[in-house]
Amino acid sequence: MAVETKEVKWKRLPLSSNYAIAYAVKDVDVDVVSAYPITPQTTVVEKISEFIANGELDAEMIHVESEHSALSAAVGASATGARAFTATASQGLELMHEILHIASGLRMPVVMSVATRALSAPISIWNDYSDLMNARDASWVTLIAGSAQEAYDSIIQAYRIAESPEVMLPVIVAYDGYIMSHTYEPVLVPEDNTVVREFAPKNFNRFRLDVDRPMTFGTIADPKWYYEFKYQQVVAMRNAYKKVKEVDEEYREVFGRGYGVIETCCLEDADIVLLTYGGIYGTFKEAIEKLRENGKKVGVARLRLWRPFPAEDIVKTLGGAKLVVVADRAISYGARISGPVALEVMSTFYGDPDAPMIMSVIVGIGQRTVTENTVAEIVDYSFRVLERGKAPRETLYWGVRGVSYE
Amino acid sequence: MMIEIRFHGRGGQGAVTAANLLVDAAILEGKYAQAFPHFGAERRGAPVVAFARISDKPIQVHSQITNPDIVVVLDPKIFELVNVVEGLKNNGILVANSRDKPIEVNVKTYCVNATKIAKDLNLVISGWPVVNTTMLGALVKASEIVSLDSIIEAIKRSFSGKLGEANAEAARRAYMETREC
Repeated sequence: MAVETKEVKWKRLPLSSNYAIAYAVKDVDVDVVSAYPITPQTTVVEKISEFIANGELDAEMIHVESEHSALSAAVGASATGARAFTATASQGLELMHEILHIASGLRMPVVMSVATRALSAPISIWNDYSDLMNARDASWVTLIAGSAQEAYDSIIQAYRIAESPEVMLPVIVAYDGYIMSHTYEPVLVPEDNTVVREFAPKNFNRFRLDVDRPMTFGTIADPKWYYEFKYQQVVAMRNAYKKVKEVDEEYREVFGRGYGVIETCCLEDADIVLLTYGGIYGTFKEAIEKLRENGKKVGVARLRLWRPFPAEDIVKTLGGAKLVVVADRAISYGARISGPVALEVMSTFYGDPDAPMIMSVIVGIGQRTVTENTVAEIVDYSFRVLERGKAPRETLYWGVRGVSYE
Repeated sequence: MMIEIRFHGRGGQGAVTAANLLVDAAILEGKYAQAFPHFGAERRGAPVVAFARISDKPIQVHSQITNPDIVVVLDPKIFELVNVVEGLKNNGILVANSRDKPIEVNVKTYCVNATKIAKDLNLVISGWPVVNTTMLGALVKASEIVSLDSIIEAIKRSFSGKLGEANAEAARRAYMETREC
């Protein structure tokens, strides 16, 4: 679908990523919001309530008794053809887990924002990506934003992706709890949201509950048919890879901002490339730019699309490096390589004779501080690994007490 | 050039709002800015911190501030509990709600009796003087990182009517009364 490029007038507002998401939900004209409060997500839905209360958004707000119900209500609303939204974090996402699979299996284009947070026990209200990574296999298209502006833009893109006929899958837009959810930054939002609504018109031409055309959702599928249903999700994910890029390119044409599926900096003739995700990319980038000025051949990349995993782009982006260092923010316990994204990058390069060495590092668990110095230390270590010519075969747990690496 | 600021106060005094208002003012001036609380579970009365960054260029970094250029202290009693100048740069600035120089430090220090100004203007909630907007006036006097007009505009956008007027007046008075100490 070709969209005419038009002159968009912007307001420059100081917004946290939570508020930016609420603004996007308003501008993209969501019909039903169901949610249950959980730190650090709560102000997303608080702000949306305000928009509904003062008449800026015509939507139904459903206050539910748990996150399990929050997503169930969103699925039910979506089944009627409504544009549904929910938001959560941490234990809330865990409690939703059963419904995550139902939303995708029923092919409901729900969009959910996740202000990523560590998991209990012990209780941590702070950030890491343990919650999101647990949802890896739930067949949700998953974007990870790196700024409040991108959080805003990604919600709008998410509805276009979710509702496109060749995808019809729910979408998560994730971002760092606290590090982004509670940080105020300048965000451009359009003066007139008509332009957003024209970019992301609602798709009513889909299977939905309709009294004039009765239909059943969520029936049993016996062994003769279940597999085919699941294979359709495999195909839908493949299509989503293409769709995410298309929508982003179109968004860039209309609004002047796009992100691609991997953001990069300083890759040219880089021997070492660091790969991470979310808001700490900015801290990484700042550190890498300084190291570049000092002549270190090092670059950095940010994974924006987690599911479907952008394997082709990973090869294109990282294939030229001698050593790729994946800085993960969650732990897959018991695995030799326990960084979820590191595992994925390794499997992407498996069998490739020209593959770079790949090293897995864990940072920021429970929001253990990651500063530019942390990044510089990892880079220092990485150059020693490069000299040795052999990457560690186990994940490095950077910055944990009592553990150090030669 | 990027300026990093740390606010010290007690839960309920409005340190987080002060950081947010400062950033609102910077954004009104077309600058880039970032405000964030200390990422923790805050309680009324307990020592809290909030942070802000202001720059002419987009701010990429998303990490807590360890070496601020400016420290603003909202509570005169907090000097006894917290080392407020921890990490403060040698050429940094300390802005204190205090009648006299609150601690012996080798950085430029500015003082204002913000508690009195807040009380005079009846900026009191549940018996507590709320000094955040007052201290923003002091910060502007000490550092000129944004203009007083922008701070007042930001205050009026956040608080309407009489409350906005009183807070704006607090910033103005502090701007007049703040001096190096």
